Amino acid sequence: MFKKSLVSLMLAAGLAFAGNAAAETKVGFVYVGPIGDHGWSYQHDQSRLALEKELGVKTSYVESVPEGADAERVIRQLASSGHNIIFTTSFGYMNPTLKVASKFKDVKFEHATGYKRADNVSTYSARFYEGRAILGTIAGKMTKSNVVGYIGSFPIPEVIRGIDSFTLALRKVNPEAVVKVVWVNSWFDPGKESDAAKALIDQGVDIITQHTDSPAPLQVAEKRGVYAFGQASDMKAFAPKAQLTSIIDNWDQYYISRVKAVMDGTWKSEDTWAGIKDGMVEMAPYGDAVPADVRKMADDVKQSIVDGSFHPFQGPIKNQQGELVVKEGEVLSDQDLAGLSWYVEGVEGSIPK
Amino acid sequence: MELFIPALLTIITAATPLLFAALGEMVTEKSGILNLGVEGMMVMGAITGFVIVNYTGSVTLAIGASILAGVLMAALFALLVLTFHASQVPTGLALTIFGIGLSALVGQNMIGIAYEGIPKISIPYLSDIPVIGTLLFHQDILVYISLIMVALIYLFLNKTRAGLILRAVGDSHDAAHAMGYSVMRIRLMATLFGGGMAGLGGAYLSLAYSPLWVEQMTAGRGWIALALVVFASWRTGRILFGAYLFGGISILQLHAQALGIGVPSQVMSMLPYLATILVLVITSSDQTQIRLNAPASLGRTFQPSR
Repeated sequence: MFKKSLVSLMLAAGLAFAGNAAAETKVGFVYVGPIGDHGWSYQHDQSRLALEKELGVKTSYVESVPEGADAERVIRQLASSGHNIIFTTSFGYMNPTLKVASKFKDVKFEHATGYKRADNVSTYSARFYEGRAILGTIAGKMTKSNVVGYIGSFPIPEVIRGIDSFTLALRKVNPEAVVKVVWVNSWFDPGKESDAAKALIDQGVDIITQHTDSPAPLQVAEKRGVYAFGQASDMKAFAPKAQLTSIIDNWDQYYISRVKAVMDGTWKSEDTWAGIKDGMVEMAPYGDAVPADVRKMADDVKQSIVDGSFHPFQGPIKNQQGELVVKEGEVLSDQDLAGLSWYVEGVEGSIPK
Repeated sequence: MELFIPALLTIITAATPLLFAALGEMVTEKSGILNLGVEGMMVMGAITGFVIVNYTGSVTLAIGASILAGVLMAALFALLVLTFHASQVPTGLALTIFGIGLSALVGQNMIGIAYEGIPKISIPYLSDIPVIGTLLFHQDILVYISLIMVALIYLFLNKTRAGLILRAVGDSHDAAHAMGYSVMRIRLMATLFGGGMAGLGGAYLSLAYSPLWVEQMTAGRGWIALALVVFASWRTGRILFGAYLFGGISILQLHAQALGIGVPSQVMSMLPYLATILVLVITSSDQTQIRLNAPASLGRTFQPSR
């Protein structure tokens, strides 16, 4: 009590108390969506709370920060207000993060889903495509119309990788099936996402999967009596019958270990790309509609990814033109995957330029 | 043909929230008040309706509460702008930011809750007509209300004395004041009406369009509604046309994509705004057009003591 009032007294007097600042670790987060999106930003924030609980560090966050000039201002603000490590959690924050990092050498930065690093900038991402392969397997077995819908946000490698991985797994169990992609040019617009789901269903799609952040498409699926996959978090509440499973992002362990490293002084600039094995990508429990044999198949795919006997991008892989791009026995390298910008065979339409 | 009706049905869904918000804003602007807080009023309508429907289960109460939420937001705006003579543009912007923040606060415990959506009402006999029946007479209550409001607002503005007075206040507040009309009261009513309509637009989003609550679920529709008022050059019929056109473009581009028609989706996403700019260019090159439709006192502060 006394200590607290002393601190506030000093703050009130406007004293800069630089000596003690290092003792307390402050962690900053920048989110692209609102923390209430029940998707991408929500999951990051859940992990922020887990981090607070585990290490007792002080955290602060700024939500709904547009990718662009605003992001730079927000990141600079966090860096100059005594944060020791800052997590910037969207692809579009890449250049702003690097720009601010070059001016604040003592602050550590962690940029999600990017590919540019610096001495004080690490990158991290999850191998969501591993989860997508499991979704594709289930979709291939469950589709009756052999047309599966995919709602995309922006045509960046992260999203295209998901589409390709999904399609490869889909056609492995069901060579007849194709994927229709609709881009909504937004990470987060429940109305537009549900419009996209409706448009796809109207065109004969009987399973919907999405790379946007709101549960709206699942609600449409539930209402229209088709199946769907959740995104970023378990969305079963919105589609108790329709959700077959969901990819769940789990950043808890990563955030805890990175902040710990800052506290120990062992933090180094690294590139982390973790998947199912490391617990960064989790799968929600299967929906009731998934029959036992399909569950078994999905579990097998998951197991083979974990033990390394299977890679979602192992050859033979053909592109949309039917040309063999990855030969039998070969696997697309992480570098190729990071910049993936072409559709595999079985995806309809072309990538918007 | 198989695709035709489902596509049109989706267009109605996409157009209705825009229609509500734009109609309300048009009436507000006709009285000379520019309220840029549409997005904030909408999002408050969305969360209030969703909270009420979850606690009471009553659609009627939820819709009423959404209207009330919009009206209260507009009352706050009116207090600042009419009573304290604050400048309308920044006050409206602040109202949007305030609404987004407040709705997030109110909606904290609403994340992750699902609602099945308000029921559709079939009008007996009429809904059996092929094509038109399913399109026009098998809709939810809010779609019916939106279309009825188009007719009512048209009649009010163009065929009634009260509507004429409202327009007079918007065109020249000094003249209307000199004539003995209470500029303040009329503007207050018009502002509150705009708030209530924005609240309805929000209710449609969280109760029918995508029946759930997530923060900022309006996703810029308030701004499209504002653009729509200009696009329609302050005319009721054109607002109806514009809302369905904007809704139509956004739905048809999704269908075009799913059919594999090679239209860049980014271009399609910006079409509504492009159309608004185009209309602005066309109408502003025609001075009589503007003088006839745009409220001449729009956005100007009125101080009767002067």
